[in-house]
Amino acid sequence: MSTATITAPPKAPAPQTKPVSEEGRIGLRGNLRHIGALARRNTLQIKADPESMFDVLLMPIIFILLFTYVFGGAIAGKGNQGDYVNYLVPGMMAMMGMNISMAVGTGVNDDFKKGVMDRFRSMPIARSSVLIAKIVVEIGRMMVATSILLIMGFILGMSIQTSVLGLLAAVGLSLVFGASLMWIFILLGLTMKTAQAVQGMAMLVMMPLQFGSSIFAPPTSMPGWLQSFTDYNPLSNLADAARGLMMGGPVAHSVFLTLGWAVAITVLTAPLAIRKFRDKT
Amino acid sequence: MTRIDKNPSNGANAVEVRGMVKHYGETKALDGVDLDVREGTVHGVLGPNGAGKTTLVRVLSTLIQPDSGTAMVAGYNVLTQPRQLRRVIGLTGQYASVDEKLSGWENLYMIGRLLDLSRKEARRRSDELLERFSLTEAAKKAAMTYSGGMRRRLDLAASMIGQPSVLYLDEPTTGLDPRTRNEVWDEVKRMVAEGATVLLTTQYMEEAEQLAGELTVIDKGKVIANGGVNALKAKVGGRTLQIQPSDPSQLTAMAIAINDAGLDGLAGSQAVPDDGLLNVPILSDEQLTAVVGLLGARGFGITNIGTHLPSLDEVFLAITGEKPADAAEDIVSDAIPQEVSV
Repeated sequence: MSTATITAPPKAPAPQTKPVSEEGRIGLRGNLRHIGALARRNTLQIKADPESMFDVLLMPIIFILLFTYVFGGAIAGKGNQGDYVNYLVPGMMAMMGMNISMAVGTGVNDDFKKGVMDRFRSMPIARSSVLIAKIVVEIGRMMVATSILLIMGFILGMSIQTSVLGLLAAVGLSLVFGASLMWIFILLGLTMKTAQAVQGMAMLVMMPLQFGSSIFAPPTSMPGWLQSFTDYNPLSNLADAARGLMMGGPVAHSVFLTLGWAVAITVLTAPLAIRKFRDKT
Repeated sequence: MTRIDKNPSNGANAVEVRGMVKHYGETKALDGVDLDVREGTVHGVLGPNGAGKTTLVRVLSTLIQPDSGTAMVAGYNVLTQPRQLRRVIGLTGQYASVDEKLSGWENLYMIGRLLDLSRKEARRRSDELLERFSLTEAAKKAAMTYSGGMRRRLDLAASMIGQPSVLYLDEPTTGLDPRTRNEVWDEVKRMVAEGATVLLTTQYMEEAEQLAGELTVIDKGKVIANGGVNALKAKVGGRTLQIQPSDPSQLTAMAIAINDAGLDGLAGSQAVPDDGLLNVPILSDEQLTAVVGLLGARGFGITNIGTHLPSLDEVFLAITGEKPADAAEDIVSDAIPQEVSV
């Protein structure tokens, strides 16, 4: 191709760079303000699209009814569904955390399809604040789901055997673990091409983890190889820990394992997710 | 307000790009682009789809890293000072970069808070910009219910919240109807009148002529022409004057009359009867008046006249001798006829 230049492009030397200073740094207060503004955005999105709360509002109700009345009799003996509720609710707290944190992955994937992410990324904010705001709102959603689950549990005859403190500790532990799972789903959301793919992949991971665990039934009746899986399945650890905290029994081992899992997952996936988020174009 | 002043010296360059290269696999999206944008001006980057316009804007807004080359914007090095740079730039992309689930007001307020405005200041600025972009009535409605033009206006408003010293507009009117397009143009002119430097990418010669003083034409990642809009137009042949005679049989006579008159500056121009129209390439309004006057003086009747700007195709043809690579579908509608009242 011939190049016809009307006036030669100026070849002036580039002006000297301004000194690299601290003026671009974002302080803690600034970061908190940005996370607040973005969390407000995510909350307003829920307001604009109330259907996105269906998982949080309906899942605990439907699942607890299903498991209590479909499996409860078989596991605990006919007429003993009430005992099974005491076993099931702490386990379901572990399950809910995983199911709800999945939404964060599809949300992140969706955001990248829209131009709004370009705007955030061209603005003077820490790029992690977009992700942290999502996690903050998602933890709020988990708290709503957990409350509904507990209310349903009480209606179906659950009784806390320890104390309110034990209950709060169990809720807190499941939130901490759920928050760590979100980094995995964020990573998935940033890696997969479509929100549907994220969901499909997440289901594939979730089903064996949830059912190959002590969430729904004590693993004592499972074959040995499966028992060794459930023993180290973080969802079992969390379910056992929550059960101990709410219903009594040994907790130290399972609480320690759950916290270990949460820390390990966060340390491994959060930096990867943030880097992926930063480099994604 | 965290606005950082532009480079204080007058007539300095707000944007300086040198040897910018960006590959996507085998494709060279940018192949050694140099670009200078003077402060306080609108600089047009004209090129067909896939020429590298959007890649250039994305590099300059710190969204992607180039493979090589340097860029200074508002005194900051794009590659080493992205955080500082993000405080002084605004970006309006080809696709609306607002949150569609949020209302117009919520979008602007959120961006104000992200730019570290106080709550009060963010509220004030949101109200003010909605008013200015005629969106007050729709302020509380979700952006997804907005028409294309309203969305683009909201997008521009969002880019103006931080009062950026350099504004990137990436094909701001692609896909808009002519009326909405004019609204967007008016807003861009206002922004420039207020002192912003604008880097505008476009596929439309008419848009470049309306808004830009200087123009850089790029194709396949390379700069193929650089200069003032008028200089480029002179090179390409300016506008084409289309005349419809009252009596079609007089077409040839009219063409001969114009060519024989030897009007100043029209030497060598061809008046060719085509589809019952007389096409006369002109470079200035004076020539338009002269041609019409000449035909009137000779007693030819005219029922309709109009002018149209050279299309991107014609620009490329004049500069490179070939049509732009993928112009086939997208650029056909480029020549937007302008009715002229005489």
